[in-house]
Amino acid sequence: MTTLKPAAGPVALLIGTRKGGWLYHGDTARRTWRVDGPHFLGHIVNHLVLDPRDRRTMLMAVRTGHLGPTVFRSTDLGKTWKEAKAPPAFPKVPEGQKGRVVDHVFWLTPGHAGEPNTWYAGTSPQGLFRSDDGGVTWEPFSGINDDPQYRTWMGSVQDGTPDGPKLHSIIVDPRDPAHLYFAMSGGGVHESVDGGRTFAPIVKGMEVVEGFDAANIAFHDPHCVRLCPSNPDRLYQQNHCGIYRLDRPSNEWTRIGKNMPKRVGDIGFPMVVHPRDAKTAWVFPMDGSSVWPRVSPGGKPALYVTKNAGKSWIRQDQGFPKARAWWTVKRQAMTADAHEPVGLYFGTTGGELWGSRTGGASWICLARNLPEIYSVEAAETAR
Amino acid sequence: MTVHIPSPLRSYTAQKGAVEARGATLGEVLAALDHRYPGLRFRIITEQDTIRQHIRIFVNEEQAQDLAVALRPDDQVHIICALSGG
Repeated sequence: MTTLKPAAGPVALLIGTRKGGWLYHGDTARRTWRVDGPHFLGHIVNHLVLDPRDRRTMLMAVRTGHLGPTVFRSTDLGKTWKEAKAPPAFPKVPEGQKGRVVDHVFWLTPGHAGEPNTWYAGTSPQGLFRSDDGGVTWEPFSGINDDPQYRTWMGSVQDGTPDGPKLHSIIVDPRDPAHLYFAMSGGGVHESVDGGRTFAPIVKGMEVVEGFDAANIAFHDPHCVRLCPSNPDRLYQQNHCGIYRLDRPSNEWTRIGKNMPKRVGDIGFPMVVHPRDAKTAWVFPMDGSSVWPRVSPGGKPALYVTKNAGKSWIRQDQGFPKARAWWTVKRQAMTADAHEPVGLYFGTTGGELWGSRTGGASWICLARNLPEIYSVEAAETAR
Repeated sequence: MTVHIPSPLRSYTAQKGAVEARGATLGEVLAALDHRYPGLRFRIITEQDTIRQHIRIFVNEEQAQDLAVALRPDDQVHIICALSGG
Protein backbone atom coordinates (compact mmCIF):
# COMPACT_ATOMS: atom_id res chain seq x y z
CA MET A 1 0.00 0.00 0.00
CA THR A 2 1.17 3.51 -0.78
CA THR A 3 0.36 6.56 1.34
CA LEU A 4 -0.22 9.58 -0.85
CA LYS A 5 -0.67 13.14 0.36
CA PRO A 6 -3.64 15.16 -0.88
CA ALA A 7 -2.86 17.74 -3.54
CA ALA A 8 -2.84 21.36 -2.42
CA GLY A 9 -2.15 23.28 -5.62
CA PRO A 10 -4.48 24.73 -8.23
CA VAL A 11 -6.45 22.30 -10.39
CA ALA A 12 -6.88 22.59 -14.13
CA LEU A 13 -9.54 20.73 -16.06
CA LEU A 14 -8.44 19.74 -19.54
CA ILE A 15 -11.41 19.34 -21.84
CA GLY A 16 -11.28 17.62 -25.22
CA THR A 17 -14.31 18.10 -27.42
CA ARG A 18 -15.51 17.34 -30.91
CA LYS A 19 -14.75 20.96 -31.81
CA GLY A 20 -11.61 21.90 -29.90
CA GLY A 21 -9.88 21.92 -26.53
CA TRP A 22 -10.56 24.02 -23.42
CA LEU A 23 -8.76 24.56 -20.14
CA TYR A 24 -10.63 25.47 -16.95
CA HIS A 25 -8.18 26.81 -14.38
CA GLY A 26 -9.51 26.53 -10.83
CA ASP A 27 -8.39 28.36 -7.73
CA THR A 28 -6.98 26.26 -4.88
CA ALA A 29 -10.45 26.10 -3.31
CA ARG A 30 -11.88 24.87 -6.64
CA ARG A 31 -14.69 27.41 -6.39
CA THR A 32 -13.99 29.65 -9.37
CA TRP A 33 -12.79 28.64 -12.79
CA ARG A 34 -11.00 30.73 -15.41
CA VAL A 35 -11.74 29.63 -18.95
CA ASP A 36 -8.92 29.35 -21.48
CA GLY A 37 -10.08 28.37 -24.93
CA PRO A 38 -10.98 27.25 -27.42
CA HIS A 39 -7.67 25.82 -28.48
CA PHE A 40 -7.71 24.54 -32.07
CA LEU A 41 -11.35 25.41 -32.63
CA GLY A 42 -12.93 22.98 -35.06
CA HIS A 43 -10.41 20.24 -34.40
CA ILE A 44 -11.60 16.92 -32.99
CA VAL A 45 -9.76 16.59 -29.67
CA ASN A 46 -9.93 13.04 -28.36
CA HIS A 47 -7.58 13.54 -25.43
CA LEU A 48 -5.82 16.45 -23.76
CA VAL A 49 -3.39 15.48 -21.01
CA LEU A 50 -1.05 17.39 -18.69
CA ASP A 51 2.29 15.84 -17.84
CA PRO A 52 2.29 15.30 -14.04
CA ARG A 53 6.09 15.16 -14.12
CA ASP A 54 6.53 18.86 -14.89
CA ARG A 55 2.92 20.14 -14.61
CA ARG A 56 3.42 22.42 -17.62
CA THR A 57 3.66 20.18 -20.67
CA MET A 58 0.46 19.13 -22.39
CA LEU A 59 -0.21 16.82 -25.30
CA MET A 60 -3.37 17.04 -27.38
CA ALA A 61 -4.53 14.26 -29.72
CA VAL A 62 -6.32 15.90 -32.66
CA ARG A 63 -7.60 15.50 -36.16
CA THR A 64 -10.21 17.32 -38.18
CA GLY A 65 -12.98 16.03 -40.37
CA HIS A 66 -10.73 16.48 -43.38
CA LEU A 67 -7.18 16.33 -42.11
CA GLY A 68 -5.32 13.34 -40.74
CA PRO A 69 -4.41 12.69 -37.11
CA THR A 70 -1.64 14.42 -35.25
CA VAL A 71 -0.42 15.41 -31.80
CA PHE A 72 0.15 18.97 -30.63
CA ARG A 73 2.47 19.76 -27.73
CA SER A 74 2.64 22.73 -25.41
CA THR A 75 5.37 23.29 -22.83
CA ASP A 76 3.81 26.46 -21.37
CA LEU A 77 0.35 25.31 -20.26
CA GLY A 78 -1.24 26.01 -23.61
CA LYS A 79 0.12 29.46 -24.41
CA THR A 80 1.89 28.07 -27.48
CA TRP A 81 1.64 24.78 -29.34
CA LYS A 82 3.93 22.85 -31.68
CA GLU A 83 2.97 19.89 -33.81
CA ALA A 84 4.71 16.53 -33.40
CA LYS A 85 7.35 16.01 -36.07
CA ALA A 86 6.36 12.37 -36.48
CA PRO A 87 2.84 11.64 -35.15
CA PRO A 88 1.78 8.02 -34.46
CA ALA A 89 1.64 6.12 -37.75
CA PHE A 90 1.73 2.47 -38.77
CA PRO A 91 4.72 1.30 -40.82
CA LYS A 92 4.47 1.60 -44.59
CA VAL A 93 3.88 -1.80 -46.14
CA PRO A 94 5.42 -3.03 -49.42
CA GLU A 95 3.69 -2.20 -52.68
CA GLY A 96 0.66 -4.42 -53.29
CA GLN A 97 -0.07 -5.06 -49.61
CA LYS A 98 -2.80 -3.30 -47.67
CA GLY A 99 -1.35 -1.39 -44.76
CA ARG A 100 -3.12 0.16 -41.81
CA VAL A 101 -3.70 3.88 -41.44
CA VAL A 102 -4.12 5.66 -38.11
CA ASP A 103 -7.53 7.32 -38.22
CA HIS A 104 -7.19 9.08 -34.89
CA VAL A 105 -5.05 9.11 -31.79
CA PHE A 106 -7.50 8.21 -29.07
CA TRP A 107 -5.58 7.93 -25.79
CA LEU A 108 -2.47 9.54 -24.29
CA THR A 109 -0.66 8.38 -21.15
CA PRO A 110 2.43 9.99 -19.63
CA GLY A 111 5.21 7.51 -18.90
CA HIS A 112 6.66 6.55 -15.55
CA ALA A 113 7.92 9.29 -13.22
CA GLY A 114 11.44 7.95 -13.73
CA GLU A 115 11.14 8.25 -17.53
CA PRO A 116 10.49 11.98 -17.92
CA ASN A 117 10.18 12.19 -21.72
CA THR A 118 8.20 9.01 -22.29
CA TRP A 119 4.58 9.02 -23.43
CA TYR A 120 2.29 6.29 -24.73
CA ALA A 121 -0.52 6.61 -27.25
CA GLY A 122 -3.39 4.35 -28.26
CA THR A 123 -5.00 4.72 -31.65
CA SER A 124 -7.93 3.71 -33.81
CA PRO A 125 -7.53 1.33 -35.59
CA GLN A 126 -5.97 -0.25 -32.54
CA GLY A 127 -2.27 0.37 -32.22
CA LEU A 128 0.15 1.09 -29.38
CA PHE A 129 2.77 3.82 -29.82
CA ARG A 130 5.47 5.40 -27.69
CA SER A 131 7.46 8.62 -27.69
CA ASP A 132 10.77 8.98 -25.87
CA ASP A 133 11.23 12.66 -26.62
CA GLY A 134 8.24 14.20 -24.94
CA GLY A 135 5.79 13.61 -27.78
CA VAL A 136 7.82 15.11 -30.64
CA THR A 137 8.34 11.82 -32.49
CA TRP A 138 6.38 8.58 -32.12
CA GLU A 139 7.16 4.97 -32.98
CA PRO A 140 5.09 1.80 -32.86
CA PHE A 141 5.69 0.29 -29.44
CA SER A 142 6.14 -3.35 -28.64
CA GLY A 143 5.54 -6.02 -31.23
CA ILE A 144 1.82 -6.21 -30.74
CA ASN A 145 0.82 -3.94 -33.64
CA ASP A 146 2.17 -6.57 -36.05
CA ASP A 147 1.84 -9.70 -33.96
CA PRO A 148 -0.42 -12.15 -35.87
CA GLN A 149 -2.27 -13.22 -32.70
CA TYR A 150 -2.80 -9.63 -31.56
CA ARG A 151 -3.92 -8.61 -35.04
CA THR A 152 -6.63 -11.27 -34.78
CA TRP A 153 -7.78 -9.92 -31.42
CA MET A 154 -7.62 -6.30 -32.61
CA GLY A 155 -9.96 -7.00 -35.51
CA SER A 156 -10.37 -4.67 -38.46
CA VAL A 157 -11.50 -1.08 -38.85
CA GLN A 158 -15.08 -2.37 -39.04
CA ASP A 159 -14.89 -4.06 -35.63
CA GLY A 160 -15.52 -2.28 -32.39
CA THR A 161 -17.15 1.03 -31.55
CA PRO A 162 -19.05 3.06 -34.18
CA ASP A 163 -16.16 5.32 -35.11
CA GLY A 164 -13.58 2.57 -34.97
CA PRO A 165 -12.02 0.24 -32.40
CA LYS A 166 -9.95 1.94 -29.72
CA LEU A 167 -6.78 1.03 -27.89
CA HIS A 168 -7.17 2.78 -24.55
CA SER A 169 -6.50 2.67 -20.80
CA ILE A 170 -2.72 2.53 -21.17
CA ILE A 171 -1.47 2.23 -17.59
CA VAL A 172 2.07 2.39 -16.21
CA ASP A 173 2.61 0.83 -12.78
CA PRO A 174 3.94 3.65 -10.59
CA ARG A 175 6.30 1.13 -8.93
CA ASP A 176 7.80 -0.26 -12.13
CA PRO A 177 8.07 1.34 -15.59
CA ALA A 178 8.31 -2.12 -17.17
CA HIS A 179 4.89 -3.14 -15.84
CA LEU A 180 2.23 -1.98 -18.29
CA TYR A 181 -1.44 -2.54 -19.02
CA PHE A 182 -3.67 -1.54 -21.90
CA ALA A 183 -7.18 -2.37 -23.07
CA MET A 184 -8.87 -2.68 -26.44
CA SER A 185 -12.48 -2.19 -27.48
CA GLY A 186 -12.70 -4.86 -28.49
CA GLY A 187 -9.89 -7.15 -27.67
CA GLY A 188 -9.54 -7.46 -23.92
CA VAL A 189 -7.15 -6.24 -21.22
CA HIS A 190 -3.44 -6.95 -21.59
CA GLU A 191 -0.37 -6.85 -19.36
CA SER A 192 3.37 -6.66 -19.88
CA VAL A 193 5.93 -7.27 -17.15
CA ASP A 194 8.96 -6.84 -19.41
CA GLY A 195 8.71 -3.27 -20.58
CA GLY A 196 6.40 -4.08 -23.48
CA ARG A 197 8.53 -6.76 -25.13
CA THR A 198 5.65 -9.15 -24.59
CA PHE A 199 2.03 -8.75 -23.55
CA ALA A 200 -0.52 -11.32 -22.41
CA PRO A 201 -4.29 -11.02 -22.02
CA ILE A 202 -5.98 -10.88 -18.61
CA VAL A 203 -9.65 -11.62 -19.25
CA LYS A 204 -10.52 -14.45 -16.87
CA GLY A 205 -13.77 -13.64 -15.08
CA MET A 206 -14.79 -11.02 -17.65
CA GLU A 207 -18.09 -11.70 -19.38
CA VAL A 208 -18.96 -11.15 -23.04
CA VAL A 209 -22.20 -10.53 -24.89
CA GLU A 210 -24.62 -13.44 -24.47
CA GLY A 211 -24.14 -16.15 -27.04
CA PHE A 212 -20.47 -15.37 -27.68
CA ASP A 213 -17.48 -17.35 -26.46
CA ALA A 214 -15.65 -15.69 -23.56
CA ALA A 215 -12.58 -17.74 -24.45
CA ASN A 216 -12.20 -15.62 -27.60
CA ILE A 217 -10.20 -12.53 -26.58
CA ALA A 218 -11.62 -10.53 -29.50
CA PHE A 219 -15.10 -10.61 -27.95
CA HIS A 220 -14.03 -8.82 -24.77
CA ASP A 221 -14.93 -5.14 -24.66
CA PRO A 222 -13.38 -3.25 -21.75
CA HIS A 223 -14.57 0.36 -21.79
CA CYS A 224 -12.23 1.83 -19.18
CA VAL A 225 -9.61 0.38 -16.83
CA ARG A 226 -8.07 2.27 -13.90
CA LEU A 227 -5.27 1.36 -11.50
CA CYS A 228 -5.49 2.55 -7.89
CA PRO A 229 -2.57 4.90 -7.12
CA SER A 230 -2.68 3.96 -3.43
CA ASN A 231 -2.63 0.23 -4.19
CA PRO A 232 -1.23 -0.49 -7.65
CA ASP A 233 -2.14 -4.15 -7.23
CA ARG A 234 -5.82 -3.22 -7.57
CA LEU A 235 -7.55 -2.35 -10.84
CA TYR A 236 -11.15 -1.45 -11.54
CA GLN A 237 -12.82 -1.84 -14.90
CA GLN A 238 -16.02 -0.62 -16.54
CA ASN A 239 -16.77 -3.10 -19.29
CA HIS A 240 -19.44 -3.46 -21.96
CA CYS A 241 -20.62 -6.35 -19.78
CA GLY A 242 -20.34 -5.11 -16.22
CA ILE A 243 -18.10 -3.54 -13.59
CA TYR A 244 -15.08 -5.51 -12.37
CA ARG A 245 -12.25 -5.45 -9.85
CA LEU A 246 -8.92 -7.24 -10.12
CA ASP A 247 -6.57 -7.77 -7.16
CA ARG A 248 -3.16 -8.90 -8.27
CA PRO A 249 -1.45 -11.29 -8.35
CA SER A 250 -4.78 -12.89 -9.21
CA ASN A 251 -5.58 -12.98 -12.93
CA GLU A 252 -9.31 -13.29 -12.39
CA TRP A 253 -11.64 -10.31 -12.49
CA THR A 254 -14.58 -10.18 -10.07
CA ARG A 255 -17.84 -8.71 -11.36
CA ILE A 256 -18.58 -6.21 -8.59
CA GLY A 257 -21.32 -4.65 -10.71
CA LYS A 258 -23.63 -7.49 -9.69
CA ASN A 259 -24.11 -5.48 -6.50
CA MET A 260 -25.50 -2.47 -8.37
CA PRO A 261 -29.30 -1.88 -8.23
CA LYS A 262 -30.97 -4.13 -10.80
CA ARG A 263 -33.03 -1.28 -12.26
CA VAL A 264 -29.82 0.63 -13.03
CA GLY A 265 -27.53 -2.19 -14.05
CA ASP A 266 -23.75 -2.07 -14.36
CA ILE A 267 -23.22 -0.86 -17.90
CA GLY A 268 -21.37 2.39 -18.60
CA PHE A 269 -18.26 3.93 -20.11
CA PRO A 270 -16.08 5.73 -17.51
CA MET A 271 -14.43 4.37 -14.36
CA VAL A 272 -12.82 6.60 -11.75
CA VAL A 273 -10.76 5.56 -8.73
CA HIS A 274 -10.03 7.45 -5.54
CA PRO A 275 -6.49 8.85 -5.50
CA ARG A 276 -5.79 7.64 -1.94
CA ASP A 277 -8.37 4.98 -1.07
CA ALA A 278 -8.34 1.80 -3.13
CA LYS A 279 -11.73 0.76 -1.75
CA THR A 280 -13.46 3.79 -3.33
CA ALA A 281 -14.41 4.07 -7.01
CA TRP A 282 -17.10 5.73 -9.11
CA VAL A 283 -19.08 4.77 -12.21
CA PHE A 284 -21.63 6.60 -14.35
CA PRO A 285 -24.22 4.00 -15.38
CA MET A 286 -25.95 4.13 -18.74
CA ASP A 287 -28.85 2.34 -20.35
CA GLY A 288 -27.49 -0.80 -21.95
CA SER A 289 -30.86 -2.39 -22.65
CA SER A 290 -32.48 -3.29 -25.99
CA VAL A 291 -30.80 -1.12 -28.64
CA TRP A 292 -28.27 0.30 -26.17
CA PRO A 293 -29.48 3.91 -25.87
CA ARG A 294 -26.26 4.78 -23.99
CA VAL A 295 -27.97 7.49 -21.92
CA SER A 296 -28.67 7.83 -18.19
CA PRO A 297 -31.15 5.09 -17.21
CA GLY A 298 -34.65 6.56 -17.26
CA GLY A 299 -33.27 10.02 -18.07
CA LYS A 300 -32.16 10.37 -14.43
CA PRO A 301 -28.38 10.88 -14.33
CA ALA A 302 -26.39 9.66 -11.36
CA LEU A 303 -23.00 8.43 -10.35
CA TYR A 304 -22.63 5.38 -8.16
CA VAL A 305 -19.81 5.16 -5.66
CA THR A 306 -18.49 2.15 -3.83
CA LYS A 307 -16.53 2.68 -0.63
CA ASN A 308 -15.91 -1.00 0.04
CA ALA A 309 -14.31 -2.19 -3.19
CA GLY A 310 -17.60 -3.06 -4.85
CA LYS A 311 -19.53 -4.85 -2.11
CA SER A 312 -22.17 -2.11 -2.22
CA TRP A 313 -22.91 1.05 -4.19
CA ILE A 314 -24.39 4.42 -3.20
CA ARG A 315 -26.29 6.66 -5.63
CA GLN A 316 -24.96 10.25 -6.02
CA ASP A 317 -27.27 12.62 -7.89
CA GLN A 318 -27.61 15.75 -5.75
CA GLY A 319 -27.59 18.75 -8.07
CA PHE A 320 -28.45 16.82 -11.23
CA PRO A 321 -31.78 17.13 -13.04
CA LYS A 322 -34.28 14.71 -11.51
CA ALA A 323 -35.73 13.67 -14.87
CA ARG A 324 -35.58 14.16 -18.64
CA ALA A 325 -31.78 14.40 -18.76
CA TRP A 326 -30.54 12.01 -21.43
CA TRP A 327 -26.83 12.23 -20.74
CA THR A 328 -24.00 10.17 -22.04
CA VAL A 329 -20.54 10.41 -20.46
CA LYS A 330 -17.77 8.90 -22.57
CA ARG A 331 -14.97 6.73 -21.23
CA GLN A 332 -12.37 9.52 -21.02
CA ALA A 333 -14.82 12.17 -19.85
CA MET A 334 -14.92 11.52 -16.08
CA THR A 335 -12.07 12.02 -13.68
CA ALA A 336 -10.97 12.92 -10.14
CA ASP A 337 -8.48 15.39 -8.75
CA ALA A 338 -6.17 14.56 -5.84
CA HIS A 339 -7.47 17.09 -3.31
CA GLU A 340 -9.22 16.36 -0.01
CA PRO A 341 -12.16 15.98 -0.28
CA VAL A 342 -11.71 14.56 -3.74
CA GLY A 343 -13.03 16.63 -6.61
CA LEU A 344 -14.89 14.78 -9.35
CA TYR A 345 -15.59 16.11 -12.83
CA PHE A 346 -17.30 14.89 -15.97
CA GLY A 347 -18.37 16.18 -19.35
CA THR A 348 -21.41 15.12 -21.33
CA THR A 349 -22.02 14.54 -24.99
CA GLY A 350 -24.43 17.50 -24.69
CA GLY A 351 -21.56 19.84 -23.85
CA GLU A 352 -22.08 20.25 -20.11
CA LEU A 353 -19.20 20.19 -17.64
CA TRP A 354 -20.08 19.14 -14.09
CA GLY A 355 -17.99 19.22 -10.94
CA SER A 356 -18.14 18.13 -7.31
CA ARG A 357 -15.88 19.31 -4.48
CA THR A 358 -17.40 16.76 -2.13
CA GLY A 359 -16.41 13.41 -3.56
CA GLY A 360 -19.59 13.25 -5.61
CA ALA A 361 -22.02 14.00 -2.76
CA SER A 362 -23.23 17.17 -4.49
CA TRP A 363 -22.74 18.57 -7.96
CA ILE A 364 -22.79 21.89 -9.80
CA CYS A 365 -22.73 22.58 -13.51
CA LEU A 366 -19.45 24.37 -14.31
CA ALA A 367 -20.15 25.04 -18.00
CA ARG A 368 -22.87 24.63 -20.59
CA ASN A 369 -22.97 24.91 -24.38
CA LEU A 370 -19.60 23.38 -25.06
CA PRO A 371 -19.35 21.01 -28.03
CA GLU A 372 -19.74 17.29 -27.43
CA ILE A 373 -17.21 16.44 -24.72
CA TYR A 374 -14.86 13.55 -25.43
CA SER A 375 -12.43 13.80 -22.53
CA VAL A 376 -11.96 15.46 -19.14
CA GLU A 377 -8.73 15.32 -17.18
CA ALA A 378 -8.05 17.01 -13.83
CA ALA A 379 -4.47 17.96 -13.14
CA GLU A 380 -2.52 19.89 -10.57
CA THR A 381 -0.71 22.66 -12.42
CA ALA A 382 2.55 24.40 -11.62
CA ARG A 383 2.02 27.40 -9.37
CA MET B 1 3.97 25.01 -60.50
CA THR B 2 1.33 26.53 -58.31
CA VAL B 3 -0.24 24.52 -55.50
CA HIS B 4 -3.53 25.90 -54.18
CA ILE B 5 -3.86 25.42 -50.42
CA PRO B 6 -7.28 25.04 -48.74
CA SER B 7 -7.99 27.02 -45.58
CA PRO B 8 -7.59 24.06 -43.15
CA LEU B 9 -3.94 23.75 -44.25
CA ARG B 10 -2.99 27.40 -44.27
CA SER B 11 -1.72 27.28 -40.68
CA TYR B 12 1.20 25.43 -42.26
CA THR B 13 1.78 27.93 -45.12
CA ALA B 14 1.71 31.15 -43.10
CA GLN B 15 -1.86 31.66 -44.37
CA LYS B 16 -0.84 31.58 -48.03
CA GLY B 17 -3.59 30.28 -50.29
CA ALA B 18 -1.21 29.40 -53.10
CA VAL B 19 2.46 28.43 -53.07
CA GLU B 20 5.01 27.54 -55.71
CA ALA B 21 6.66 24.11 -55.69
CA ARG B 22 8.77 21.92 -57.96
CA GLY B 23 8.63 18.22 -58.75
CA ALA B 24 8.16 15.76 -61.59
CA THR B 25 5.35 13.92 -59.82
CA LEU B 26 2.65 14.77 -57.31
CA GLY B 27 4.62 12.80 -54.73
CA GLU B 28 7.72 14.91 -55.32
CA VAL B 29 5.75 18.14 -55.08
CA LEU B 30 4.17 17.12 -51.79
CA ALA B 31 7.56 16.06 -50.44
CA ALA B 32 8.93 19.49 -51.37
CA LEU B 33 5.98 21.18 -49.70
CA ASP B 34 6.46 19.11 -46.54
CA HIS B 35 10.14 20.07 -46.45
CA ARG B 36 9.15 23.73 -46.52
CA TYR B 37 6.02 23.35 -44.36
CA PRO B 38 6.72 20.43 -41.98
CA GLY B 39 3.72 18.32 -41.10
CA LEU B 40 1.50 19.40 -44.00
CA ARG B 41 1.88 16.20 -46.00
CA PHE B 42 0.78 13.80 -43.24
CA ARG B 43 -2.46 15.70 -42.75
CA ILE B 44 -3.47 14.88 -46.35
CA ILE B 45 -1.49 11.72 -47.22
CA THR B 46 -1.54 8.56 -45.10
CA GLU B 47 1.44 6.57 -43.89
CA GLN B 48 0.65 4.19 -46.76
CA ASP B 49 1.13 7.02 -49.27
CA THR B 50 -2.55 7.17 -50.17
CA ILE B 51 -4.63 10.34 -50.35
CA ARG B 52 -6.74 10.66 -47.20
CA GLN B 53 -10.45 9.84 -47.33
CA HIS B 54 -11.72 13.41 -47.24
CA ILE B 55 -9.00 15.00 -49.34
CA ARG B 56 -9.08 15.38 -53.12
CA ILE B 57 -6.18 16.57 -55.24
CA PHE B 58 -6.77 17.90 -58.74
CA VAL B 59 -4.07 18.51 -61.33
CA ASN B 60 -5.53 21.18 -63.53
CA GLU B 61 -9.09 19.82 -63.74
CA GLU B 62 -8.32 16.12 -63.40
CA GLN B 63 -8.53 14.29 -60.09
CA ALA B 64 -5.30 12.58 -59.05
CA GLN B 65 -5.76 9.05 -57.72
CA ASP B 66 -2.23 8.55 -56.42
CA LEU B 67 1.11 10.24 -55.92
CA ALA B 68 2.66 8.89 -59.13
CA VAL B 69 0.81 11.39 -61.32
CA ALA B 70 3.33 13.18 -63.57
CA LEU B 71 3.38 16.96 -63.45
CA ARG B 72 4.55 19.72 -65.78
CA PRO B 73 5.99 23.03 -64.54
CA ASP B 74 2.92 24.97 -65.63
CA ASP B 75 0.36 22.66 -63.97
CA GLN B 76 -2.04 23.93 -61.35
CA VAL B 77 -2.45 21.66 -58.33
CA HIS B 78 -5.53 22.10 -56.17
CA ILE B 79 -5.79 20.46 -52.76
CA ILE B 80 -9.47 20.22 -51.83
CA CYS B 81 -11.11 19.32 -48.53
CA ALA B 82 -14.01 17.07 -49.46
CA LEU B 83 -17.23 16.56 -47.49
CA SER B 84 -16.63 15.16 -44.04
CA GLY B 85 -19.75 15.80 -42.00
CA GLY B 86 -20.82 18.43 -39.50
